[in-house]
Amino acid sequence: MPKRQKALELDVPLNGEHLNLQLPKAPTGIVGLDEISNGGLPRGRTTIVCGGPGCGKTMLAMEFLIRGVQEFNEPGVLIAFEETPQEMERNVASLGFAVRKLVDQKKLYLDFVYVEPSEIQETGDYDLEGLFIRLQHAVDTVGAKRVCLDTLEALFSGFSNEGVLRAELRRLFRWLKERNLTTVITAEKGENMLTRHGLEEYVSDCVILLDHRVRDQISTRRLRIVKYRGTSHGADEYPFLIDSQGISVLPVTSLELRHNVSNERVSTGIPDLDEMLGGEGFFRGSSVLISGTAGSGKTTMASSFVNAACQRGERCLYVGFEESVEQVARNMESVGIDLKQWRDQGLLTHEAWRPSQYGIELHLLRIHKLIESVKPQHVVIDPITNLVTGSQQKEVYSMLVRLMDYLKARSITCFFTNLNTDGEKAEQTDIGISSLTDTWILCRDMELNGERNRCVYVLKSRGMAHSNQIREFVMTKEGIRLIAPYIGSGMVLTGSSRLAQEAREKAEALLRAREIEKKQEALERKRSALDAQIKSLNLEFAAEELELENSIKQELLSEKQLELERVEMNRVRLGDSSLGNSLEPARALGDSK
Amino acid sequence: MKKRAKSNGKVVADNDNFMQLRLYVAGQTPRSLAALSNLKRICAEHLEGKYKLEVIDLAKNPQLAQGDQILAIPTLVRNLPVPIRKIIGDLSNVDRVLVGLDLRGTEQDGAKASQRPSERRLGAKA
Repeated sequence: MPKRQKALELDVPLNGEHLNLQLPKAPTGIVGLDEISNGGLPRGRTTIVCGGPGCGKTMLAMEFLIRGVQEFNEPGVLIAFEETPQEMERNVASLGFAVRKLVDQKKLYLDFVYVEPSEIQETGDYDLEGLFIRLQHAVDTVGAKRVCLDTLEALFSGFSNEGVLRAELRRLFRWLKERNLTTVITAEKGENMLTRHGLEEYVSDCVILLDHRVRDQISTRRLRIVKYRGTSHGADEYPFLIDSQGISVLPVTSLELRHNVSNERVSTGIPDLDEMLGGEGFFRGSSVLISGTAGSGKTTMASSFVNAACQRGERCLYVGFEESVEQVARNMESVGIDLKQWRDQGLLTHEAWRPSQYGIELHLLRIHKLIESVKPQHVVIDPITNLVTGSQQKEVYSMLVRLMDYLKARSITCFFTNLNTDGEKAEQTDIGISSLTDTWILCRDMELNGERNRCVYVLKSRGMAHSNQIREFVMTKEGIRLIAPYIGSGMVLTGSSRLAQEAREKAEALLRAREIEKKQEALERKRSALDAQIKSLNLEFAAEELELENSIKQELLSEKQLELERVEMNRVRLGDSSLGNSLEPARALGDSK
Repeated sequence: MKKRAKSNGKVVADNDNFMQLRLYVAGQTPRSLAALSNLKRICAEHLEGKYKLEVIDLAKNPQLAQGDQILAIPTLVRNLPVPIRKIIGDLSNVDRVLVGLDLRGTEQDGAKASQRPSERRLGAKA
């Protein structure tokens, strides 16, 4: 120990960098455990995993070993005191771990230590060198880096000389530490102690307590790191699950708020709603809450969002707690949203189950697993309120917070719907999650003139300019439309009142249009009348002109004739011989006059 | 019948009273040596010609510890006759060794003896 401290002093420059000099850790590979333990179990040291019967101690220890081999290439040794290797193998085979293969590859060594007190007679001094020899042999055989002793305390029932036993245990832990073996020891929980025989006395680097509780007929496993010397760790009780893929400590949550944020916007699927949210919709990776009373259109809104996302080719996960997959699909068809095509194309993963089906942790786990496998860009949970029926409000809250953290850390947009029961204050959620969400849209019904109309408004939307309007929410065959309601004389009119008002306005407009038309027609008529008049005057003038011209011509002609006659007269008067002759034509001329 | 290990006793064909013993030790520790000498003495006194003894040094053959489920050192294992008996310690308490090996004629119930050693000891003295 003093040697180690000296080494630390030499290595650590005094500029704060020692904070980075963390205890070396051996990752467990167990989902979530590495996160809350900040990297795994203390490397080269011993960890006690304690808890009551059936709480998953052995499972945790086994998974530590097997994942150590599979994921970190660290061979392991299992010394089992309670179960035979065959039983162990079977137990973990159900989790998909092929122990036999690892044993054959000499990556894992299983040894069953059988302690049967009735077979043993103690006569004089002894020690447990046999255990050390077996352990050494096992470690040497596979080159083990990890050791698991399950359940070491079985030794206490096999040997009556506790003094020897305790001395040997102390020696064992020292022995393990000297060989730099990362060890997990399982132990039954004692009455007032962490372990029945006080093993924590000898091992104090890391103690993990497992617990198995049943409340409201739903069992929950919990894990708590009671102690972890020399490192920071999550100190809470974390729910965990054992399922077909082993242990998952839940939720995988970051201890700090350090999400990457995106400036990218995603459409809500409803153009009018996009308009209300600064024209572009939600931020990618933000959290959205839609709350409203029953039948206010929450699911339709969620479906619209999903529909738009799928149209962009993005993957969505839709988790429903109220309606079956097919039912939602059918209902959405009535508003022109075809969810089935997205399912068929693999863009939408739609899962539905009853909230009372599991405890809250299993819900979370199932969602996590879906997220891990689907890798969606958007997740819809519809509705979150129903989870309360299956669990406690506080737990639901913490689950949702963790889910939100989880989603945000992955830049996945989360879209929650929340059912407000009638009479409850609309601007609040059962679970109290509203303050955590980035965008909160409220759907509500407005009763007026004997009808109920859906209204929508944006209660908050962080980081964007958003409309303060209450819009009417109308579902049409082509999807959702948000209509600006009639606002006039201090009154907001929706539904048929709005329609009536609009009709009135339309009628008035029509009337005005007709008036204008009429006047224009009159003007036109006047113009054409004038034109006609001008035309007839012109014609009249033309006729008169012609007449006058004719008479002028006549006059001119007769003038010419007179001239001719005068000339003739002159001629006649001047010539004697031709007097008689000239008189005749003159007379004739006068006759003709 | 195994003949590979070193035998300190004589092999006798009479199977009814024949006793097969293995003493597990780890190196030449004082405790191991004490156990071996104690055992030899007991055998000479009580089992003359009716036993076979193997001494197995786990320091040399660690893989042999698994077969007989050895934890404590030294451990004396009686493989025959059945049931298997294990006597741990340096065998300094002769009475209890004899009880463990079912060599006390009056005390057939070895299992009981191991559970209540103090009572047995009193009985042995009487």
